[in-house]
Amino acid sequence: MATHLKVSVWRGGKDGAFQSFEVPREASQTVLDVVTHIQRALDPTLAYRFACRVGMCGSCAMMVNGVPRWTCRTHVDKVGQGDALEIAPLRNLPVIRDLVTDMREFFDKWARAKGEFRGHATRQDEFAKVRPDSAPRVQANAGIECIGCAVCYAACDVVAWNPQYLGPAALNRAWTLIKDERDRDRLERLRAVAGDAGCHACHSHVSCTERCPKQLSPTAAIAGLKREVTKAVLHGDL
Amino acid sequence: MTFRGEARLWIAQRASAAVLALCVAVHLATIVYAVRNGLTAGEILGRTRGSIAWFAFYSLFVLAVTVHAPIGLRSVLGEWLGWRGRSRDFALLLFAAFLGWAGMRAVLGVFA
Amino acid sequence: MRQHASYWAFVVHRVSGIALALFLPFHFWALANALLLEGFLQWTQQPMVKLGEWLIVVALAAHLGGGLRVLALEFLPWRDWQKSLAAAAAAFALAVGLAVALAL
Repeated sequence: MATHLKVSVWRGGKDGAFQSFEVPREASQTVLDVVTHIQRALDPTLAYRFACRVGMCGSCAMMVNGVPRWTCRTHVDKVGQGDALEIAPLRNLPVIRDLVTDMREFFDKWARAKGEFRGHATRQDEFAKVRPDSAPRVQANAGIECIGCAVCYAACDVVAWNPQYLGPAALNRAWTLIKDERDRDRLERLRAVAGDAGCHACHSHVSCTERCPKQLSPTAAIAGLKREVTKAVLHGDL
Repeated sequence: MTFRGEARLWIAQRASAAVLALCVAVHLATIVYAVRNGLTAGEILGRTRGSIAWFAFYSLFVLAVTVHAPIGLRSVLGEWLGWRGRSRDFALLLFAAFLGWAGMRAVLGVFA
Repeated sequence: MRQHASYWAFVVHRVSGIALALFLPFHFWALANALLLEGFLQWTQQPMVKLGEWLIVVALAAHLGGGLRVLALEFLPWRDWQKSLAAAAAAFALAVGLAVALAL
C-alpha cells in the first residue's frame, strides 16, 4: 500500500476542472478525512459540505470514483482504485462551487410530489390508532427513514435524462404518505406523482435502491405508486 | 400529454407486454422448432396457409406490437434524443399505424 | 461508473427493444413480399444474414426476459430475490440463443 493517495478533486462551477492533490494515507481513513485534510493542510479555498461526520445527516454526500456516497461512511480502502481517488460534487444537481451543489431543485421536487403530511384530525380528536403490523403501515415504515441526502437522486439516470422527473426520494416520500392511513389527500397525491414527470418515468434501473445509504428501496415505493395510480385510473377516480 | 394520458399509456404498455409475453413465447418456440427440424420457407408456408387459428394468433400479435413498440420508443425518444411534445406523439401514432398496416399485410401473406 | 446487474438488464432491454422496433418493418415486408422470391431466399442463406437472424432471435428473448423482470418488479410484492431477476433474464436469453444456434 502506497504512503500517499493521488486525489482528483472537482474545482470551480459547471465549467470547472479536476485538480490533483497528494494526501497522506492513514489507517481507517474515510473520504471525508481526505477532503478535510486537503482543505486544512493543502488548499483552504476548497468548498465542501459536512456536518455530523458520523453517517446520520447526509450532508457529506459526493461522487466518489463516479458513485454517489456519504464520504464520512466511505473508507478509502473500500473504494480507492489503487491509490487513486476521484471526488466530485453530486451528479444531477447544479454546482455552486467545488464539491457543493445547489439542493433547491431536489427539495422543490419533494414539494411538487406533495411530500408533506396532511391529516384531518384536530387536537380535540382521539389519537389515531394505527396497527404497526398492518400492511400499509409496514410499507410506509420501509420508506420513512429517508433523510433527504440526494444520493439516490444523483444515482438515477432518469433524473439525468428527464429534467422534469421528480426523482426517487420525492416519490418514495409520496408513497409513505399514501400508505399513511391518517393522511387525507390520497387522490391529490396520486395526481401529483403520475405521468412522465412522476412514477411512470421509472424504468427500474434500481440504482437508487443500490446506493441508498439507509438501505431504502425507492424502486419498491415507485412500483407501489404505479399500482395505486393504475387502480385509481381503472376506477375512474383520477 | 396529461398525466392521465401518460398513466393510460403505461397501463396499455404493461397490458400489451403481458399479451406479448405469451405471443413471443409461442413465436420463439415455433422458431426453435422450425430451425431444429430444418423446415424450409416453403414447408413453413405449407403449414401456415389457411390456418384460422394461426391467423387469429398472429393478428393478435400484430395488434399488441402496434401498441407496445411505439410506447416503448416514446421513452427512448424523450430520454435519449430529447424529443418531447406533440410532434413526438404524432410521429409515433403514424409509426403505430404503419406497423398495423405492414403487420396485417404480412399476416395475410403468410396465413391467408 | 461501476454499474450493477439491474442497470445492465435495463440497457439490454432498451437496446434490444430499439433493435426489434427497427427490424419489424423489414420483417413485415419480407413476410408479405419476399418469401417466394428465389433471390431473397438465397440471400438469407448467407452467413452474415444468418448471424443477423440469430442476433434478432437473441434480442427477442432478451427483451422478453427483461420485460418479465420489469413486470415482476412492478406487480409483485417486493422481495430480496428480485435482484436476481436480471440474471434470470440473461440466462433465459442465453438459453434461447444456444437452442437456436445449435440447431442452425
